[in-house]
Amino acid sequence: MTENAQSTQATASSENYAVIIRDMHKWYGEFHVLKDVNLNVTKGEKIVICGPSGSGKSTMIRCINALEEHQQGDIIVDGTELTNDLKNIDAVRSEVGMVFQHFNLFPHLTVMENCTLAPIWVRKTPKAEADSLAMEYLERVKIPDQANKYPGQLSGGQQQRVAIARSLCMRPRIMLFDEPTSALDPEMIKEVLDVMIELASEGITMLCVTHEMGFAKTVADRVIFMDGGEIIEENIPDEFFDNPQHDRTKLFLSQILNH
Amino acid sequence: MTEKNYIPGEHPDLPPPSNMIGPVAWIRDNLLSSPANIIMTILSVWFLYIVIPPTLNWFFLDAAFTGEDRNACRAVADGACWAFIGERFKLFTYGFYPEEHRWRVNLSFILLIVALIPVLFDKAPFRSLGLKFSIAFPFIAGWLLVGGLGLEPVPTSQFGGFMLTLVIGITGIAFSLPIGILLALGRQSNLPIIKVFCVSFIEFIRGVPLITLLFVASTMLSYFLPPGTNFDLLLRVLIMVVLFSSGYMAEVIRGGLQAIPKGQIEAADSMGLKYWQSMRLIVLPQALKISIPGIVNTFIGLYKDTTLVIIIGLLDPLGIGRASLSDTKWTGLSTEVYIFVAIFFFVSCFGMSRYSLYLENKLETGHKR
Repeated sequence: MTENAQSTQATASSENYAVIIRDMHKWYGEFHVLKDVNLNVTKGEKIVICGPSGSGKSTMIRCINALEEHQQGDIIVDGTELTNDLKNIDAVRSEVGMVFQHFNLFPHLTVMENCTLAPIWVRKTPKAEADSLAMEYLERVKIPDQANKYPGQLSGGQQQRVAIARSLCMRPRIMLFDEPTSALDPEMIKEVLDVMIELASEGITMLCVTHEMGFAKTVADRVIFMDGGEIIEENIPDEFFDNPQHDRTKLFLSQILNH
Repeated sequence: MTEKNYIPGEHPDLPPPSNMIGPVAWIRDNLLSSPANIIMTILSVWFLYIVIPPTLNWFFLDAAFTGEDRNACRAVADGACWAFIGERFKLFTYGFYPEEHRWRVNLSFILLIVALIPVLFDKAPFRSLGLKFSIAFPFIAGWLLVGGLGLEPVPTSQFGGFMLTLVIGITGIAFSLPIGILLALGRQSNLPIIKVFCVSFIEFIRGVPLITLLFVASTMLSYFLPPGTNFDLLLRVLIMVVLFSSGYMAEVIRGGLQAIPKGQIEAADSMGLKYWQSMRLIVLPQALKISIPGIVNTFIGLYKDTTLVIIIGLLDPLGIGRASLSDTKWTGLSTEVYIFVAIFFFVSCFGMSRYSLYLENKLETGHKR
C-alpha cells in the first residue's frame, strides 16, 4: 500500500520536473568526474551552473542529452529515463536543444540549411514548413538577412545566435547551454546574452553553464556551484552572490568578480 | 606629396599606387624581382628557345602523316611517323573487339559521357534522373560490352587498347570510392568485429603489390576455386583492382574523417540525428571535401596502374603498342608509340586533376579552420 502510494507520488512529481538527476556518478577511466550528483529541475526553471574549470559542470549537462554516458544513478529527462536504449536517447535528444561553446555549426551548409536539417531529417517536417520555421527563429535571433550565407562568413556572435536558432527549430522543451559566450569577443557577448535573456522570458527550461554573473543575476531561478565533480552549493541568485555559504564558493566568487 | 587632409574617421578608400598593378608590375614582381630571379628568367627563356622549335618540328613540321610503311615515312620527312599510329589507331582503341560489334563500344562511350555529366556537375539539367542513370551505367555498359541477353557475346579476352584501360579504370574508380568509404567508417567503428575486419583488410591490401594480386587473380585463384569453375579473367582482374584501390581509398578518407572536429558529431547527435544520417549529411560531405586531393591522387594512380595488366597477358594500349612494334613493316618506331600512349594517359589524368581543383574551389565555403 505504502509502496503503491510512493510510486504514484514519484510519477506525479516526475511530471513537474523537466530533469531529474538522482545519485549520478561518472568516471573517465579511473578518474571519478561526477560524484553523487542530485538535481531536480522543475519545468520552466532557469538554472545557471558555475564553477572552476574541470569541476564537471559541462560533463554534467552533457549527461542530460547523453553526449556523455553516466555509470551510476538515474537521469530522467521529461519523463524518459536515459538508459542504454537508443530509442530513449533519440527521444530525449529531439526534445533537448544544446548550444556549444564553439558553436559547432555545420560549415558546409548555409545558415538556413543548418537550421532546417534536424526538422527535416529527424522530425520529417516538409521542407517548405521547415524553411518558414527556420526563418521565424532566425528573425527571433535577429539575423534573418544572413540566412543564405555560410557560417564561415559570419562573426562569432552571429554564429552563436544561428546555433541557438538551430536548436530552437526542433522546438525543444529544455535548452542546454555549454559556456555559450566563452569563445566570443567581448563586444559580441552582449548580443548573444540578449537573445538568451529573451528566450528565458518565454518559459522554456534552461540549464546554462556560464561565468556571466550578470546573466545569472538577471535570469536564473537558481545558481549551482560545482567543484571537484560535486554540487557544493545551490541557492537563489541573490543569496548565492551576497551570502555564499561554502569557503570554496566564496573563493571562486571573489576570483571571478574582482579581476 | 599628398596635399589633401581628411578629418579623422572620414578617410576614403583610395586606389592603390599605379606601380602596384598592371602588366609591368606583374613582370617586375614575378620575373625580375631579384638578381637570382633575373638569371632564372633568362635561363628559362633560353631553355624554351632550345627545346620548343625542335619539338614542334619533330611533332608537326617534319612529321609524316601518311605512308605505307616506315620507309615511305622516312622518304618524305625525318620527324615523327604518325602514319604508323594512324594505321593502328583502331587496334589501339578497340583491341581485338570484333569489327562488326564495335558500335557497342562506341555507344558505351557515349553513354559514359552522359552518365558522367550529372556526377561531375551539380547544375546539370535533370540531375536526379541523371544520377539514377549513372548508377545503372556500369551494368548497362557491362551488358553492352560483354553481350548476352539478346546481344551476341564477345569474350573479354578480345578487349584491348584504350577501351580496356577505360573499362578497368572506370570500374576501379566507380567501385573503390564507396567501398573505401565503408572501410574507412568501419575502421573507426566501435564494433570490434567490423573494426578488426576492416583494419586487417586494409593492411593486407597495402602490404601486397598490385602485381602480386593480379598474378593471384590470373593463375592461383583457380587452385582455390572448385574444379570446373571458370570465371572470367577480366572479371577477376576487375575485382582485384577494385579491392586494391579501395584499401588505399579507405586510408585517404580516414585522413579526412579525422580532420572533422568531434563537435560536429556532437552537434548532430544532440539534434537527434542517427548514425548514418550524421555520417551522410554532416561528416562525409566535409571529410570527402578535405580528401579530394588524396582521392584524385588514388584515382590517377589506379588509372595508370591499369597498364600492369600487360603482365598477365591482357592487351592494354602498352601491350598493343609492343605487339605493333614487332611488325617488320614498322620497326624502330617505338618513340611514336610510347608518346602516343603517354599523351592518352596524360590527357585523362590531367583532366581528373583539373576537375578536382574545380571541385575544391566550388566546395569552398570560407571556413578554413
